[in-house]
Amino acid sequence: MASFWTAYVWPVAAIVGYILLIVVPLLGCIAYLILAERKVIASMQMRKGPNVVGPFGLFQPVADGLKLLTKETIVPAGANRVVFLLAPMLTFMLALVAWAVIPFDLGWVLADINVGVLYLFAISSLGVYGILMAGWASNSRYPFLGALRSAAQMVSYEVSIGFVIVTVLLCTGSLNLSVIVQAQQGSAGLFSWFWLPLLPMFVVFFVSALAETNRAPFDLPEAEAELVAGYNVEYSAMTFALFFLGEYANMILMSAMTVMLFLGGWLSPVPYEPFTWVPGIVWFALKTALVLFAFLWIRATFPRYRYDQLMRLGWKVFLPLSLLWVVVTAGALVAFDWVPDPVAVPS
Amino acid sequence: MVVQALAFYVFAAVATAAGVMVISARNPVHSVLFLILAFFNAAGLFVLLGAEFLAMLLVVVYVGAVAVLFLFVVMMLDINFAELREGFLQYLPIGAVVGVILLAELALVGGSWVLSEGPAEASLPVPDEKMTNTHALGHILYTDYIYLFQAAGLVLLVAMIGAIVLTHRRRTGVHRQRIAAQLDRRREDTLEVVKVPAEGGR
Repeated sequence: MASFWTAYVWPVAAIVGYILLIVVPLLGCIAYLILAERKVIASMQMRKGPNVVGPFGLFQPVADGLKLLTKETIVPAGANRVVFLLAPMLTFMLALVAWAVIPFDLGWVLADINVGVLYLFAISSLGVYGILMAGWASNSRYPFLGALRSAAQMVSYEVSIGFVIVTVLLCTGSLNLSVIVQAQQGSAGLFSWFWLPLLPMFVVFFVSALAETNRAPFDLPEAEAELVAGYNVEYSAMTFALFFLGEYANMILMSAMTVMLFLGGWLSPVPYEPFTWVPGIVWFALKTALVLFAFLWIRATFPRYRYDQLMRLGWKVFLPLSLLWVVVTAGALVAFDWVPDPVAVPS
Repeated sequence: MVVQALAFYVFAAVATAAGVMVISARNPVHSVLFLILAFFNAAGLFVLLGAEFLAMLLVVVYVGAVAVLFLFVVMMLDINFAELREGFLQYLPIGAVVGVILLAELALVGGSWVLSEGPAEASLPVPDEKMTNTHALGHILYTDYIYLFQAAGLVLLVAMIGAIVLTHRRRTGVHRQRIAAQLDRRREDTLEVVKVPAEGGR
């Protein structure tokens, strides 16, 4: 019986504990990201933003959450009930499971798998199903149009994200996220991270991340002026909240991915004391917050793309550019004999 | 080991059940959703086999791209389900005959098939402990099978060009945005500053 406990019960309990340790702070981050977005955009537009609930409006997310929790969930009469309710759950779940492979610091990772980047790529490419299912199951015009736009958009930009990932893994020789971060360690600090040698890919990745998360200026799936609110028009209360939280969780995820692939993950920007005394997770959080701020900044700055322009950018600009850069990177690595040794299984 | 066996049976059972639902679901969108579930469980089985790279590729390529386009098309189909079911009885005999013939043939082949000795040991490759399976696959694909790999790529390229040639037509009278022309525009081409004499119109 004792072996049963040590072999199954404690490991499972430990994993559940780790999951809670990741998910609970993440939910807090999502709640305050929403508040931060409202505050940042407000100050860019010379308004005050939410400032009534609590000091500086700090309890606004709590109030919003309670409001959505106590409202009634309405399922439209013509909707496909099962798929309608499954869609928000799927969106939210996918936004959370991706965090299993994120290394917050050296060794601080729930599942240190060898195909970490591919796992993230796979999970983020599944996000489109929540939107497609929501749009179809609502049995309504605007959600359906929003869902169709979103599907086309996400499939288009995934292709260039894939090529960006290929260039990064050419430079690291591994798909393991911890190895990718460690490959960026160097005496030049922030100048040895991949954003500098792979600058065009960094830009392509960041813009594609905006498109992949359906954020401005690529928020066509929920273009208010044309589609009311896009795929989630028919959703209310918690079903809507799950979509909303999922969208913001995806934003944080894409920022974290940008940080790991191009901005050195948990590494300190200045590799000398006293900066190396700061725990890695702090650097990781600061960098993620920086990228997130750029997301919000862009939303407050740029007008929305037109649909044909969006497709042109994805297929005619980013795809050839990233493909070319894969060839250039591979050529440079071979020509200068910089090809990294493939890293063996860490276990 | 127990957990692995349990996981295998869960994945296998769900994949099979989803496969049955793909062909038995009334609603084509539900069929595609079950197909996605089946893909997903197949990926789970790959993970259990230790082929995590193939598992991820299955999810990225089939679930993330192919099935999305499938769902995209199927969602936009306008199908009258009552009409579809009307013809069911009419086609049942032919379908049943084809099915029975196929089943009989499969049974004949399966019945006369003798497994050679120790097939399980012979077919399993010996994994190198120091090599991730991404590296191992790349090693085989880009050295031993490079020509076949390139040929497969060419086949896909031909298919792609074929699809473009079949669907592409140049339409007239369509307003297009020509970005190069817009960027080429200079101030002299469009803007003319005219000095209008003050009060000259009087």
